[in-house]
Amino acid sequence: MPAEPVARAGAVDLLLPAARGRVVTEGPATTPRSGRSAATRAVLFLLAALALAGSVTAAVRIGTADVGWTDLARVLGTRLGLDVEPLPPLVDSLIWDLRLPRVLMAALVGASLAVCGTVLQAVTRNALADPYLLGVSSGASTGAVAVIVLGVGASALGVTGGALAGALLSFGLLLALLRRTGLDSARIVLTGVVVGQLFTALTSLVLMASADADTTRAVTHWLLGSMAPARWNTVVVCAIVTPLGLLAAWLRSNALDGLAFGTDTAASLGIGVRRTRMLLLVVTATLTAVAVATVGAIGFVGLIVPHGVRFLVGPPHRVLLPYAALAGAVFLVWTDALARIAFAPREVPVGVLTALLGVPLFLLVLRKRGEL
Amino acid sequence: MRITAEELSWSVAGTPVVRDVSADIAPGETVGLLGPNGSGKSSLLRCLAGLRTPDTGTVRYDGEPVRDWSARRIARRVAFVEQDSGADSDLRVADVVGLGRTPFRDRWRGPDATDRAVVAAALERVGLTALADRSWKALSGGERQRAHIARALAQQPYGLLLDEPTNHLDVKHQLELMRLLTGTGQTVLVALHDLSLAARYCDRLLLLHHGRLIASGTPAAVLTAERLAEVFEVDAELTTDALGHPVVTYRGPLDAP
Repeated sequence: MPAEPVARAGAVDLLLPAARGRVVTEGPATTPRSGRSAATRAVLFLLAALALAGSVTAAVRIGTADVGWTDLARVLGTRLGLDVEPLPPLVDSLIWDLRLPRVLMAALVGASLAVCGTVLQAVTRNALADPYLLGVSSGASTGAVAVIVLGVGASALGVTGGALAGALLSFGLLLALLRRTGLDSARIVLTGVVVGQLFTALTSLVLMASADADTTRAVTHWLLGSMAPARWNTVVVCAIVTPLGLLAAWLRSNALDGLAFGTDTAASLGIGVRRTRMLLLVVTATLTAVAVATVGAIGFVGLIVPHGVRFLVGPPHRVLLPYAALAGAVFLVWTDALARIAFAPREVPVGVLTALLGVPLFLLVLRKRGEL
Repeated sequence: MRITAEELSWSVAGTPVVRDVSADIAPGETVGLLGPNGSGKSSLLRCLAGLRTPDTGTVRYDGEPVRDWSARRIARRVAFVEQDSGADSDLRVADVVGLGRTPFRDRWRGPDATDRAVVAAALERVGLTALADRSWKALSGGERQRAHIARALAQQPYGLLLDEPTNHLDVKHQLELMRLLTGTGQTVLVALHDLSLAARYCDRLLLLHHGRLIASGTPAAVLTAERLAEVFEVDAELTTDALGHPVVTYRGPLDAP
């Protein structure tokens, strides 16, 4: 005799505590589920992941110096110790030391920024939130500018170190100001804006007081965001921090959904609201700080990608966050490839292009959603 | 489950809101919480739902003090429905109701067949099955209110605490909701504005005035013309309907002397 569906209407009241622990198998009682089956979802996600892998591979070939498939294969073959003829050292170095880390960095930073934006939009219940809302990027700028202008170590690592120090300093100030509050949405936004303004003013002050034209130009390039400084050492840091941050945020998917209904309802669902918000602030600030420290404050990715992906896959964060990460990565990989060749031999800061490409995309999404 | 308040006091920014309230809600009882605006109903409910820590006094579930309980442990005992949890979410209605499964889910897995069956049952209970795939934004106030109640039911709670759940509902849905709340055997504490509705469906009433509990007992014992004049400042007449429940008829506001 076939097993009787446990949840047959009327047989057992599933809504009483007595029904807890009762396991229901798939059947007519379990109708409401989001459109696609688990298998379809898995295939779609796999395709998206393949699109990222394909984008990274294709983008490595794009730049002022053309790189062929065979060149790429020879570089990788050499590193893997295979029996292939090595490329001339200069070309090999261009591909291995500059191009490859740069493309990987674009993927990692794009994923970071998109996820940070998604998380902060939920935590602050503000559709305009982006990773720079917390003022971390302004702090990073101050640190970087101090290093560039005041010359506290002029190497690329010096700038990254200065930016990281500035970012952590500004985040420390933010947390100090938010200490003993409930971390409610409006307060996070206001405090973040205040901290950001303070550090923006400090950056301008340092620039105006002591920079010459050339330095200002270098600083502007950094402020707009550019992938050019990416090297293996910074990529490795990002490759460790980013996946951990994404996982930490993804494990709070349910809480992120619940926060939309306010502190009390979220807390009544068993979500430790203040602790969750604090954890998510630390995660997003860390991801943002690591990204900004290396490649500057690339705008718009963290604002538009969450909206675009929410439109495509729906708002539950369990699905939204992984897709946002993939979409952010693909978007930045291609935008940076474009930045390398659009005005060759001169390179455009990728932050300029993300806005140029992002604005029309954003408008399109808003219009499709009937909000414009 | 039994919900007990022992000498609860809670204040906000130095202003006392709940003052020295003691009450005991027996398992399976449906208790109405009455009082004019600002009498501390919402705050008392939040203290009892573990959402506010009282300044002094103790909240007990089945005799156990809940002061140090985690949000999750509390959520596995009681569900709470706010008066107006306005959200500009575009989650589907079924996903919102599915939030009620949060206290039972571990972080690594998504909703399973059991979760979906409970959500389906909860949607059916409040008559929203047809709107399961609708976006939250597209719901009316009353539909949102019913969805929140379904969300609370999906928690399979021992106790339900509701803050004016009939607010946005039409008469039919008000009556359906009250019948639903009284018919399950769960312990229910519900803040209500409609005194006759409270008298009709509640086993017992608690009456708050300026944060103090000034009366508690059967509807007939709590609702007297003198008390309504004192607490609500209305000129009211108490009669009994055909079913034996007290009915409040208002002659008008009580004019200041």
